[in-house]
Amino acid sequence: MIEGILIGLTTALTLQNILMVMLGCFFGTIIGMLPGLGPMTAIALMIPITYGFDPATGLILMAGVYYGAVFGGSTSSILLNAPGVPGTVATSFDGYPMAQQGKAGKALAIAAWSSFAGGTLSAIYLLFMAPSLSKVSLSFRSPDYFALMILGLTAIAAFSSKGQFLKAMMMVVLGLMLASVGQDSLSDITRFTFNNMNLTDGISFVLVVMATFAMSEALTIILKRNDPTSAAKQVSLTELGSIKINKEERTKMYKTIPRSSIIGFLIGVLPGAGATIASFLAYGMERNVVNDEEKEKFGKGSVNGLSAPETANNAACSGSFVPMLTLGIPGSGTTAVMLGALLGFGVQPGPRLYMTNPEIFWSIIMSMYIGMVILLILNLPLIPYIARILAVPKNYLIPLILFFSITGIYVMSFNNFDIYLMIGIAVVATFMRLYDFPMPPLILAFVLGGLMEENLRRSLLLSNGSWEFLWDRTLTACILLTTILIVVWHIYKTMFKKTKG
Amino acid sequence: MNINTTKVISLLFFIFSAFYLYTAYQIQVFAFDENAPFNAKTFPIYLGYTGLFFSGLKLILPDPNTIKVQHKTLEYKKTAILIVIAIIYGATILKVGYFLTTSLFLFSSYYFLGERRWVLMFLLSFPFVAAFMYLLHGVLDIYLRDPFLQSIGVMG
Repeated sequence: MIEGILIGLTTALTLQNILMVMLGCFFGTIIGMLPGLGPMTAIALMIPITYGFDPATGLILMAGVYYGAVFGGSTSSILLNAPGVPGTVATSFDGYPMAQQGKAGKALAIAAWSSFAGGTLSAIYLLFMAPSLSKVSLSFRSPDYFALMILGLTAIAAFSSKGQFLKAMMMVVLGLMLASVGQDSLSDITRFTFNNMNLTDGISFVLVVMATFAMSEALTIILKRNDPTSAAKQVSLTELGSIKINKEERTKMYKTIPRSSIIGFLIGVLPGAGATIASFLAYGMERNVVNDEEKEKFGKGSVNGLSAPETANNAACSGSFVPMLTLGIPGSGTTAVMLGALLGFGVQPGPRLYMTNPEIFWSIIMSMYIGMVILLILNLPLIPYIARILAVPKNYLIPLILFFSITGIYVMSFNNFDIYLMIGIAVVATFMRLYDFPMPPLILAFVLGGLMEENLRRSLLLSNGSWEFLWDRTLTACILLTTILIVVWHIYKTMFKKTKG
Repeated sequence: MNINTTKVISLLFFIFSAFYLYTAYQIQVFAFDENAPFNAKTFPIYLGYTGLFFSGLKLILPDPNTIKVQHKTLEYKKTAILIVIAIIYGATILKVGYFLTTSLFLFSSYYFLGERRWVLMFLLSFPFVAAFMYLLHGVLDIYLRDPFLQSIGVMG
């Protein structure tokens, strides 16, 4: 492991990569602060740029954007009670009341230190857990992978659907259907191309991400008459107050941070669950753990209540890298986008990644530490100024998002068919968003589609066409049983609500 | 009669899945692959059935969290204009070139979204795109063919 850490440090500490982490954190913080534009949009806009770099640098940049977006989201939660990303909703419970009491600077400092500690501690957990899990996952076979992918897709549908499981599952199926367009990987037979040469190579992953996130989010903002930048205009530089944390507050944070980081990391590792669930769980747990006097302060500006979700959401970000790096199966929509980008680089993530591409594996982990330090430097003294930069009018912001999306696609193929396809997918996605059809399951399914078909193919060929491979191995059977339980439970819940009604 | 739009979308998805399934059955596989345990149409066929299953369930089961969209409050006009501008952009980029189409795309988008600060609109379109093109050419080594700039002798 020491050797790996050294490889990682050598790669992550090059001038170019440090610059990428800085750029990523800065860009991510800005996008994360804008309500409605989350880390997936930020990463999607970055993908075309990363193709000019080597895989390690590209992934370091995207990871920086990811932490930056989560970090930036907490700022708008605290200052404006308008969470930039879902993972920072719980931050507003105590952060906003604190800001209303004239302690916005202190709230931002608590959030920044908690995020830093949560991110750093979870990067340490990742350092120890990822190689061990990689060794275990080497024993996984095709049926296990196939079952794991089904579990991952079902879990993300269950967690991201806000009670609309069937809608999320429809999006999963749609993502898999989109992934099946183009040449079959083994026989080269074209499928669903309708004799259109432009579809022979399939639909580009970047195109789908740009269309369903960047472009459709921009269209949704116009359609719903939202103004994500209006929030930033309300930030007053003079009313933030001191950013100093006193001894009593520090003592409270020392107790909260370790337990919240463990919860955040473990939830982040689970497929489908992410920063949002982690932050709510950590907030709930913290409320149960503290004494009655402190419990009373929850919701009114509690230090523990602010520190817990902030620690957990950053820890969950690092945790979500575990299944992606070790199994090659992303646990969240954001890591799915990164997995897609890695596949675009020609790198196959999975248990062998840390042996075949140790510089990528270790440099991502090492860059997390650097990223956390940069975010701390960036957020603590500079955040009010960054918030001011955000007061760019919507009339400029939206065309610029559209410009970066369309240019990103055009420079990859120099084909206007891709622009039309992107507009088409974005219009459908915007319409479906209106009716709460979640997009992260679609992206995860699109990324996993090819791998899933490949593993099903291998499993069926090895078992001579028999479906017994689904229960032949205990591991496969257990994973599938969990999946079935999730599906049955959610369908039962829908039916139960009817009876009640 | 009130029609639940989510159910209409589910019905459309059901029809789409049926069409997908029909097309999946039509995929021509090699003769020696026809009876293989897995061929190019196996996975799509399962997908088609899965799509029918979930959209069918959504159609049959009650919708406890019915989404009601207030269509009157939505800004359809500006959204449609932006989409049309993007389509025109796609139609002209290869013939006219990246610089002029992209600059006009940005300028007209600002205008239709209600912006009237002409100098700022100009700066954030023509010079901005020129700077971006320089970044693509000079830093990232991405060549963008541009008939317009070639015709006025700016590009080789």
